[in-house]
Amino acid sequence: MDISFSREPDKTFVVRLGGRWSIADGLPSTEELQRQIASDPSPERVAFDGRELGHWDSSLLTFLIKLTNFCSEKSIHVSNQGLPEGVARLIDLASAVPEKKDARKESGRAPFLSRVGEATLEAVKSAGEMLAFIGEAFLAFMKLLRGKARFRRSDLTLLIQECGAQALPIVSLISVLVGLILAFVGAAQLKMFGAQIYVADLVGIGMAREMGAMMTAIVMAGRTGAAFAAQLGTMEVNEETDALITLGISPMEFLVLPRMLALVFMLPLLCLYADLMGILGGGIIGVGLLNISPAQYYHETVAALNLTQFVAGLIKAGVFGVLVALSGCLRGMQCGRSASAVGEAATSAVVTAIVSIIVSDAILTVIYNRIGV
Amino acid sequence: MENHANKTKARIEVRDLTMAYGSFVIQRDLSFTVNSGDIFIVMGGSGCGKSTLLRHLVGLKAPAKGKVFYDNVSFWDSESAGKEALMRRFGILYQSGALWSSMTLAENVALPLGEYTRLSPSQIKELVSLKLALVGLAGFGEFYPSEISGGMRKRAGLARAMALDPDILFFDEPSAGLDPISARRLDELILELRDSLGATVVVVTHELASIFAIGNNSVFLDAETRTMTAVGDPNKLLAESNDPKIRSFLTRGEQ
Repeated sequence: MDISFSREPDKTFVVRLGGRWSIADGLPSTEELQRQIASDPSPERVAFDGRELGHWDSSLLTFLIKLTNFCSEKSIHVSNQGLPEGVARLIDLASAVPEKKDARKESGRAPFLSRVGEATLEAVKSAGEMLAFIGEAFLAFMKLLRGKARFRRSDLTLLIQECGAQALPIVSLISVLVGLILAFVGAAQLKMFGAQIYVADLVGIGMAREMGAMMTAIVMAGRTGAAFAAQLGTMEVNEETDALITLGISPMEFLVLPRMLALVFMLPLLCLYADLMGILGGGIIGVGLLNISPAQYYHETVAALNLTQFVAGLIKAGVFGVLVALSGCLRGMQCGRSASAVGEAATSAVVTAIVSIIVSDAILTVIYNRIGV
Repeated sequence: MENHANKTKARIEVRDLTMAYGSFVIQRDLSFTVNSGDIFIVMGGSGCGKSTLLRHLVGLKAPAKGKVFYDNVSFWDSESAGKEALMRRFGILYQSGALWSSMTLAENVALPLGEYTRLSPSQIKELVSLKLALVGLAGFGEFYPSEISGGMRKRAGLARAMALDPDILFFDEPSAGLDPISARRLDELILELRDSLGATVVVVTHELASIFAIGNNSVFLDAETRTMTAVGDPNKLLAESNDPKIRSFLTRGEQ
């Protein structure tokens, strides 16, 4: 990168450029030249001599453009004639389309109050969207009851397989572990009264009423709810949803309904299975660590449980199924048109699902308590 | 970017290349040479393996058989460091732009510069605005890819492809999805970049107007026989070729 200059008698400032210019060696500064050009006697013209130039790349172009901008600010004429043809043409190309000034977006943070206001309006809007979505889902469900909903039966069976049978391994693992944990925690307390046998009651009732449904729902929110959001979001990105709408097929019936049905059917079944696996997990601790015989543990569990407790858990599981499917589908359908939007949709589907599971669980528990179940 | 006077030869040579997905052969026995400074067109009907050939040339997919040479160095026999050094000389414009959607246009162009040069952020900013100005997008640096039109996205993709001053540019269907005027402007831009930068350009396209306007060498891939049926200047092929498939392709089925 060789830069030198000379002042010609006809008030021309000649910049001589030579050597190898590469962005790998960094960009040279124009400050020294700018100072020289600005100093007395100020030239009328700036010209270049590029005969000694070797390899060059963008570093030369940015250098020249910076210098040219500086000269035009000072109303000094710049001649590109002495430059290699390619350089001159690229500079012309770069200045051919004027910079779009109004295209530049305002940057900087908005004041605190305005951000709070924006966030509040956003929250109100999204609550409205959620209500509208629930309403549409309900209408689609009504259509299904009248036998008029349009979706492919094969989609439904595939989805049932996906969120039913294929979820069994992870649900088994989680619920056995939850059963183990419940038994451990209970055993530590009950041992003090010599009432270890009641570990069976604790695990049985805990799993059937509460933990079976809750843990299955949370696993399904992470596993299936996120998948629904990502699937529907990608379909939105690829305009597949638009293709359905223009064919007169409601995405609500075609995409959301089968997913909701699959989860609402499968979650109670998975929950029942999780109850069983949890009790098995509790049994392992009871028999292995607390010296209760398997028969004793079995009889104690059977005595403690009745159908009401299972049904209470299953109703919860059904409600959670609706919530997981709704939040997954809602976030998927709201998805923007970019890869990062799909990621956000999946994340927010899981968060929405888990929050609504816990909240609705609390509400249902209070209701059960009031009606004495 | 190379000066014409002392340009290093960027020559691509494809020798006996067979491309396959598993046991499904897409094209076999391709052999052709792209000379430095060429605008080389890869043409052929839909589904004949044009884009797959491009993926083989840029190192995204390994050939089932045969070799690809860059300046007499076999790409697929190189060590991974050698491959990376070669790939850094490539600028690739993907079919839909392939801009990273979570980044602004300026960040898209700045990423390769930040990774592979030791320039300061302010210097990178200068280079980014130069690249965006070259493709006619001056002032659009703060926009996200989802906020601009398809044609602008393609031009922004080109700005990113040029970020590291590559000496080989690959274009996958540059004019697909563009209106005729934007498509012609992009063609002119490709010509301009080739002439002023001395870059070698490989273009995958089936856009006849582009093929005749910019190509000075080409290969024709046939979807049925699964091999190439002609190599040469597309204008010459139109005038001289007797192959009915090539004639019909180059005349939109009129001959």
